[in-house]
Amino acid sequence: MRRRAVLRRGGLSLPLDLRAAAVVAGLLGASLVGIVLHVGVGEYPISPPDVVRALLGLSTGDENYYFIVNVLRLPRALVAFLVGAALALSGAILQGLTRNPLAAPEIVGINAGAGLAAVTLIVALPSVPAALIPPAAFVGAVAVAATLYLLAWRGESSPIRLILIGVGIGAVATALTTIMITYGEIEQVSQALVWLTGSVYGRSWEELWPLLPWLALFGSLALLRARHLNALTLGDEVAAGLGVGVERERGLLLLCSVALAAAAVATAGTVGFVGLMAPHIARRLVGPSHGGLLPAAAASGGMLVVAADLVGRVAFSPLEMPCGIITSAVGAPFFIYLLYRSADAK
Amino acid sequence: MKDLGRLMGKVEAPPEPAKLRAEGLTLGYDDTTVIERLAVEVPPGRITSVVGPNGCGKSTLLRALARLMRPRGGSVYLDGKEIFSLPTREVARRLGILPQSPEAPEGLTVRELAAQGRYPHQSWLSQWSASDERAVEEALRKTVMLGLADRPLDTLSGGQRQRAWISMALAQETETLLLDEPTTFLDMAHQLEVLQLLGRLNSEEGRTVVMVLHDLNNAARYSHHMIALHGGGVYAAGTPEEVVTPELLRDVFHVEADIVADPRTGLPLCVPYGLRRHPSGGEEG
Repeated sequence: MRRRAVLRRGGLSLPLDLRAAAVVAGLLGASLVGIVLHVGVGEYPISPPDVVRALLGLSTGDENYYFIVNVLRLPRALVAFLVGAALALSGAILQGLTRNPLAAPEIVGINAGAGLAAVTLIVALPSVPAALIPPAAFVGAVAVAATLYLLAWRGESSPIRLILIGVGIGAVATALTTIMITYGEIEQVSQALVWLTGSVYGRSWEELWPLLPWLALFGSLALLRARHLNALTLGDEVAAGLGVGVERERGLLLLCSVALAAAAVATAGTVGFVGLMAPHIARRLVGPSHGGLLPAAAASGGMLVVAADLVGRVAFSPLEMPCGIITSAVGAPFFIYLLYRSADAK
Repeated sequence: MKDLGRLMGKVEAPPEPAKLRAEGLTLGYDDTTVIERLAVEVPPGRITSVVGPNGCGKSTLLRALARLMRPRGGSVYLDGKEIFSLPTREVARRLGILPQSPEAPEGLTVRELAAQGRYPHQSWLSQWSASDERAVEEALRKTVMLGLADRPLDTLSGGQRQRAWISMALAQETETLLLDEPTTFLDMAHQLEVLQLLGRLNSEEGRTVVMVLHDLNNAARYSHHMIALHGGGVYAAGTPEEVVTPELLRDVFHVEADIVADPRTGLPLCVPYGLRRHPSGGEEG
């Protein structure tokens, strides 16, 4: 039985799923451990206790620690966490909306749209300041989502049509990106390629701050609409019968999903398969109800990318592997497993 | 039965039954018209079955009555008000609909599903009030799902799953329940179980039930009122005795049948013996 506590006062009543709360706390704790380890490793290793001391601003044996931890390394670890959280939320919302466990921002082409826009800017318009790349990526993602919405929803939704058209749009966007890369100037191309791999290398507070408002705004908007998302997962007819404004809620939630994926991709490039895997991990832990699922997915996504970046930095040292390669190496087999399982169920 | 209701706790007074009717209703998809200028009235506080052959527009009519589709022409009225002029939430508090073979996400428990029925009664600030909790427990009890409340739906049998969905519709606490083929894919015992449950909801709480049914004998046995659809309109409407006739079976279902009185209930029972004979002599395929 899922235990829950309910806050009731006057006309106010808010349930809290105790198991989900415990799971989210556990995942956040694990992420914190990951972040501390992540910040500790590098050319200049720092022991975890010293990392914690430096994070808290306490005195450590070495006065360089404070600078190394808080200025050089912490923002990268935090960006990894936030990017993972945003992608996972985006995937969880999309899986709920399409009622399909295979949906994820990268599967339906949203990441590819963001990628195309960003690469176009980097390669074709190198004079444009780099600060415009995130908004451009956002526009690319929204454009893909809008096209998808228009093509897939003909009066009523069809999850399979949404996914298939998404895969198609993603392929077109990827092909156009490849053309850009093939004909671009070598300097810009290498910059674009690094961006496309999905990496948090060298991310500083300057990249972290613009990501936060997106995550805060659309993450909390999605959480506030969890109730509606729950109803939508029962199918359009049931949801409409329950009094859900189906098109409105779906539009809003899709906007959240797209904005979160776009903000993440704009910051770290296309870190693959996090949006697919994290919601599944979360669903195993807390069940399908989105009030608990969304926070749990965000926490698992954050944890995944922090872990992936940690592995990428440590496992092949002194070489560094972008976290996007690590998540894809794990995520692609997972995707095949999901496909295999859903083919089995049919 | 009345004592049973008292034993099981406070039975709230049945709400004033809503009057649901349609006038001049024309319904269709893309470029096909399924229902044309149909007029129909649902008797409040009674069980109504909509019958007819495949593709006659039974489900389409039910969807229109539940406000799930916009008519091409004509209107559906709830208590005299055009149903599309009413706020979505208000309609959802008065009219529950269970579509045909709905699907729940993997891992959703019976209780979580039933709790979804409270959606139209909730707001962001009131997501799980004491009355939400009471309504869900009531619904689970009436459908005999309390023992299975914490089981995921995908681990249940077809009959149990259907009862779980009905508990969602019950938790919605609407005076009218619309159900699209609530007995499909169920074996005989489970069909009866569902129909008896609907019968109890009607007799004990005065809820109006409208259901699309495939089985004519079940429809005759478990409903007060029947509506037979044919050729985009109403072929016959009335009591089972009035509607279930050899003519109906011949014209609507293309079947030759004897109608006998059920030895237990006296209700019409149809016993088909062949396909309709064509005027040209052959049988229809």
